[in-house]
Amino acid sequence: MKLSVWTYEGPPHVGAMRVATGMRGLHYVLHAPQGDTYADLLFTMIERRDRRPPVTYTTFQAQDLSSDTADLFRTACEDAVARFEPQAIIVGASCTAELIQDDPGGMAAALGLDIPVIALELPSYQRKENFGADETFYQVVRHLARPMERTARPTCNILGATALGFRHRDDVAEITSLLADMGVEVNVAAPKDATPEDIRVMGRAHFNVLLYPETGEAAARWCEKELGQPYTSTVPIGVGATRDFVAEVRALAPGATAPSEAALRLPWYSASVDSTYLTGKRVFLFGDATHVIAMARVARDEMGFEVAGMGCYNREFARPLRKAAKEHGVEALVTDDYLEVERAIEAAAPEMIMGTQMERHIGKRLGIPCAVISAPVHVQDYPARYSPIMGFEGANVLFDTLVHPLVMGLEEHLLHMFRDDFEFSDAAGPSHHGGRAPAAAGAGGAAPRPQADPPGGISERVTDGDVAVWLEAAERELKKVPFFVRGKAKRNTEAYAAERGLSQISVDTLYEAKAHYAR
Amino acid sequence: MTEMPTPPARGCGATPVLKERGQREVFCGLTGIIWLHRKMQDAFFLVVGSRTCAHLLQSAAGVMIFAEPRFATAILEESDLAGMADAQDELDREVARLLERRPDIRQLFLVGSCPSEVIKLDLAKAAERLTQAHAPHVRVLNYSGSGIETTFTEGEDACLASMVPILPEAQAKELLLVGALPDVVEDQALALLHAMGIERVRCLPARRADDAPGVGEGTVYALTQPFLGETHAALTRRGARHIPAPLPFGEEGTTAWLAAIATEFGVDPERFEAATAAPRARARKAVAAATATLSGKRIFFFPDSQLEIPLARFLTRECGMEAVEVATPFLHRDIVGPDLDLLPEGPVIAEGQDVDLQLDRARAARPDLTVCGLGLANPLEAEGLATKWAVELVFTPVHFYEQAGDLAELFARPLRRRARLRVEAAE
Repeated sequence: MKLSVWTYEGPPHVGAMRVATGMRGLHYVLHAPQGDTYADLLFTMIERRDRRPPVTYTTFQAQDLSSDTADLFRTACEDAVARFEPQAIIVGASCTAELIQDDPGGMAAALGLDIPVIALELPSYQRKENFGADETFYQVVRHLARPMERTARPTCNILGATALGFRHRDDVAEITSLLADMGVEVNVAAPKDATPEDIRVMGRAHFNVLLYPETGEAAARWCEKELGQPYTSTVPIGVGATRDFVAEVRALAPGATAPSEAALRLPWYSASVDSTYLTGKRVFLFGDATHVIAMARVARDEMGFEVAGMGCYNREFARPLRKAAKEHGVEALVTDDYLEVERAIEAAAPEMIMGTQMERHIGKRLGIPCAVISAPVHVQDYPARYSPIMGFEGANVLFDTLVHPLVMGLEEHLLHMFRDDFEFSDAAGPSHHGGRAPAAAGAGGAAPRPQADPPGGISERVTDGDVAVWLEAAERELKKVPFFVRGKAKRNTEAYAAERGLSQISVDTLYEAKAHYAR
Repeated sequence: MTEMPTPPARGCGATPVLKERGQREVFCGLTGIIWLHRKMQDAFFLVVGSRTCAHLLQSAAGVMIFAEPRFATAILEESDLAGMADAQDELDREVARLLERRPDIRQLFLVGSCPSEVIKLDLAKAAERLTQAHAPHVRVLNYSGSGIETTFTEGEDACLASMVPILPEAQAKELLLVGALPDVVEDQALALLHAMGIERVRCLPARRADDAPGVGEGTVYALTQPFLGETHAALTRRGARHIPAPLPFGEEGTTAWLAAIATEFGVDPERFEAATAAPRARARKAVAAATATLSGKRIFFFPDSQLEIPLARFLTRECGMEAVEVATPFLHRDIVGPDLDLLPEGPVIAEGQDVDLQLDRARAARPDLTVCGLGLANPLEAEGLATKWAVELVFTPVHFYEQAGDLAELFARPLRRRARLRVEAAE
């Protein structure tokens, strides 16, 4: 039993839904109680889908448990095939149905349907959403794809994009156009927007592009072994990774040409003088391992940030994440415990978070700006405009994404210049923070929380240890520090004082600490 | 009492009910935790369930407002499913840890889920044991919010019903308001009742554990929500008496609800008039602002919160709408009988659901407005049908006079928005 407040991933059958909903012509018959239908709203609301997910839930009730839930499944299965006329169905159980052991796969197979029936075994009490998507896609491919004659021209499949993915829609479009620019055609992109008929002809491609290892790696490995298709290992997020990816593709498709970099702006934007203020900004990264590893490279090498901490919530990818963290000289945080992530961020006191929607909330509480770079997603992660994060246009988008949450260069100088001006309201904070000063920076105390919620949250407990007392003059001096670095100045000074066993903080202590932490 | 609503020539009280059994597109009872934990400020809700339960709560809540909310899920793992003794021990450990970290918690609800029901994890036994372990500071209760036993708002019903047996015994004649209302709305109701001279009024649930009401043969109670069937039965078992009335939605519903209470307490008609005249006039005026949009429009309800019948009554009688189909997950005639009698004959009254068949009916009827869950709303909009998310009706203050206009506006806004937009959705 494990206590969970917020979760990064849903259960594995939601992963299977991401595959089914991403595809066309595939239907998912899910043995599940009525409450599990909540998952539909993830797709219709967060992703604004205009169709119901192709999922039939058996919605059994307590009274059915004593009679025949198996009958209910068979009827639901037959009705779904008759009503929706899919090219293939996947069948499985949610967490509750797994316990009643009705064997949906066996029952569906016994119905004698004239379409492929793909049974899913997704252990709900051991695994999570990404596993569910990866395993489902693998099963679909394994059941339908067969070796076949290669196309005459160099082609590839793009693997791993699903419904409810982080920027999958635009990433697939961007990489498709990058490949086209190189003279490589896409045979099938799957699972998103592919049909079971498309899966059957995946074997025609010369190689596979694996964009999302979390949801496509098992299928990519199977294709390598059974269809003889090698797959790319670089995820093209950022300029350097995209160039590496291009090199990988050219090795796999010897006829491929170099793509144009004419539209790439990140390198110049990063080199231009306004970007000087980005130098050494301390960022904390958290999300799925693939995005975090790729984004850490972008942060350090392409934005000039300093990686202050990084971690992922998917244990399956702990090893590569740890390796990357080591390269960046930080401790890897591998956890799906939201409160642990919050503690780690609070301790690292970064100037920006690159995280998920969950870290955006942490950032709000701690007064730290946050750029969202990974699933889990929110309606905001489906912008109306084209916004890939992969390929060269993706690199441009990333530059904007990573700069916008920060106080802009010129604005930072102006704030500094005017901070003692009587008309300047220090408490107002920069305009893009919603007109409110970052909370933790002000008095350095607890982050604000809605008044109705009684205290006891984690953020109240950070001052557990003995904290030195601020002398009045030092406190006045601290107030002169610009608000956006005041929180850090306060924490650093207190840490400095604690290290030296000082019980009081004077103006001198403040400046000694500043010198100590200067870089 | 003055001006009781005039029933239509033929109401829906005798209309045969279409009973359906098929795929249901509804939330489970766990969802109620989202509003219950805000209402009971020293309560913690611990769901004993799966990752799906945790994911549902997070998705239904929509936004994560609190770092450490007063609800969480004890996720069952493979090891818990193997041996039952372990699961109880693990629960003790998690609860002890939780209560140590949250000394502000006075009431802990162990909430059963589909998996915990199926493996027959005895949460009643656990609650008893844990109450003994943590008394007197914390009281531990249990109820089921599982999707195999409860539908959406039935979770609140199960929660309140679980509290009834432990309410202290009371003998004095006292009014009890039953149903979790936002504090501001509850205060409005109390002010109206006080203005009528009814001073002894208690609420279930109370905002804090120490304020729990007493109950006994002197208790008379009015339900503020239509979905409280189990709580209704539990209160009756304690000797309390129900005041049947239409539910307090809209000007007419609120007046009828208050009038039933006033009659019970022998309130003088003049005093009733004095207490209600001004807010009634305000409510009528506010509703009239939306009626222009709603009048003559046809509405179709998918089953969701059990508010459907009282709301259909409000929308047809006060806003001039025509109901095509009014479906509800369950029809408690004891509670919504008065609303059903006031609802003019005409609509299909349905109980339960087969979502595909109901979608076929909605598509055939082409209503002007469809009230449905979040999973169906965008797909129906894409088919050209205007929708209203049903879930907003339980998350938003909609009861009594001062919210009557807001309630009407919730239905008017999707129609006004459609009329205002000059872009066709691209295909």
